[in-house]
Amino acid sequence: MDQRLFVKGNEAVAMGALAAGCRYYFGYPITPQSDIPEYMARELPPLGGTFIQAESEIGAINMLLGASACGVRAMTSSSSPGISLKQEGLSYMAGSELPGLVVNICRSGPGLGGIDASQADYFQAVKGGGHGGYHLIVLAPHSVQEMYDLAMLAFDLSDQYRIPAMLLGDSVIGQMKEALTPHARPQVTLPAKDWAVEGKGTRSAQRIVKSLYLGDGELEAHNWKLHRRYELLREHEARWEALDVEDAELIVTAFGVTARIAKSAVRMARAAGLKVGMIRPITLFPFPGAAFAEATRNAKKVLCFELNTGQMVEDVRLSVARDADVYFYGRPPGAGSLPTPEELYAQIAAYCRRSA
Amino acid sequence: MNDMETPVFLAPRSLKKVITHFCPGCQHGSVHRLVAEALDHFSVQERTIGVASVGCSVFLYEYFDIDVVESPHGRAPAVATGVKRARPDRIVFTYQGDGDLAAIGTSEIIHAANRGEDLTVVFVNNTTYGMTGGQMAPTTLAGQKTSTSPYGRDIANDGRPMRMAELLTQLDGTAFSARVAVNTPRNVLAAAKVMRKAFQTQVEGRGFAFVEILATCPTNWGLSPLQANERIAAEMIPCFPLGTFKDWAGADGAASAGAGQ
Repeated sequence: MDQRLFVKGNEAVAMGALAAGCRYYFGYPITPQSDIPEYMARELPPLGGTFIQAESEIGAINMLLGASACGVRAMTSSSSPGISLKQEGLSYMAGSELPGLVVNICRSGPGLGGIDASQADYFQAVKGGGHGGYHLIVLAPHSVQEMYDLAMLAFDLSDQYRIPAMLLGDSVIGQMKEALTPHARPQVTLPAKDWAVEGKGTRSAQRIVKSLYLGDGELEAHNWKLHRRYELLREHEARWEALDVEDAELIVTAFGVTARIAKSAVRMARAAGLKVGMIRPITLFPFPGAAFAEATRNAKKVLCFELNTGQMVEDVRLSVARDADVYFYGRPPGAGSLPTPEELYAQIAAYCRRSA
Repeated sequence: MNDMETPVFLAPRSLKKVITHFCPGCQHGSVHRLVAEALDHFSVQERTIGVASVGCSVFLYEYFDIDVVESPHGRAPAVATGVKRARPDRIVFTYQGDGDLAAIGTSEIIHAANRGEDLTVVFVNNTTYGMTGGQMAPTTLAGQKTSTSPYGRDIANDGRPMRMAELLTQLDGTAFSARVAVNTPRNVLAAAKVMRKAFQTQVEGRGFAFVEILATCPTNWGLSPLQANERIAAEMIPCFPLGTFKDWAGADGAASAGAGQ
């Protein structure tokens, strides 16, 4: 497995899913993620797996719901407008405690918008885009290698916590090619799927996968159970990458495609002698709040870069030490909106000069 | 055991011995029994997975002693597709009302049928949305008063009743499509035969099977149970003719007399 491949991000996420044991894909074409269903349509049948091009995104997410209810590893993928259509099914999956992987290769909106990279789906992804109050496990890759690695991690976390996982990519990460080193799935011990419907067989008790709770106090208890799992995720599963935060006076933060550009800007700032560090959230839910609390014991300024008009910045503000200032720089997504490293460096330099 | 003690009428194994929550005169209980008898007939209770839909029938798992997954409104055929693809050797059925299957779930039912999914779809048509309080459905008859067609369904405004059994017959993936009624003992016996055929279709792996059952909703129709049964004969059957419209074992396309009338 020590080969290096030169592949697209969209292919990498599909390869990671297959390496994680996913054998069921249900999806519908939409730019800029169609390489994923195309890859799965080609690769799944020879593996004995199932690919279905669904009649709609709604059909696809509900096929995922059905397959997941049977205990198998299954996935769907789409891009922003298609993910909006999946929200109904995601709410039902969350309510029914079903795992599964949903890949969102984000494009710009709202509405039909455009096909350029966007981070404007952050709220929808991390705050529970459907009805009823729930969270998904949300992972944000910033490289082709991470598309592969995080697809695997998403399946494991999703199975462990019985919460659907979303891999929140963007059209740059999905469409660009870079080196990928494939590897086997890490050995992890996961709970048995003793809830999956499979036909009663010799069991005396039936199994029911449902989200309807009408008895007095039943739904409240169910929602507290889900909430405790979200707390466990916050406690144990937050992941982030930290760069040069030890002596930093200003912390830059960004995820996904913006994090790649921000890294270049941070390197430029360090070369210019500015004491700048960076925190890149890898899990957006659970949000790595503790990393920000820790870093802002020293650094009293945080600068958040996003390809939107400010969404993750709200979670950053909730996470930093009380006396830390949080600044935001972003642009609404669309053709020509992607910031350059120089543009972000200019922002870093300006905030470094500004006295608190 | 003497003749006096020989049971002649047994409860189906696949049903739990519990009292249902359905309104007096509602025929979901009868249809549940027909499904359970078919599961018993083929001895498939242990390998059956039911897909419950939204509406009065959502409590499938309270009455059937089988594994059940719940689906969002109208999406049962898509959920069942995922179940059947993940567990191809299981018997999978959906149980859906007319508001569920013929309105919000039109896309899912048509495409599951067109893919020829090895599923059995039990479609209970009572010309109204029952659980939500008797609103107009795609199957509501012309002139029928409902809470959202208080002046009667106006075909110029609302379109005409949809005949799902005939519509699905047109798709090559549909192996079996029939319409029955449960308003008279004779029709119930005919419906039982058709229900068995619909499950036999899946047991033999022949593709998509669809059974539409004309049934009552006395509460929302504002009729007594007996009047409701009479309405099926007088008003529903003329609009929704009984029969087997497609049968893999017989002549496809032409309606054959399979369900009484």
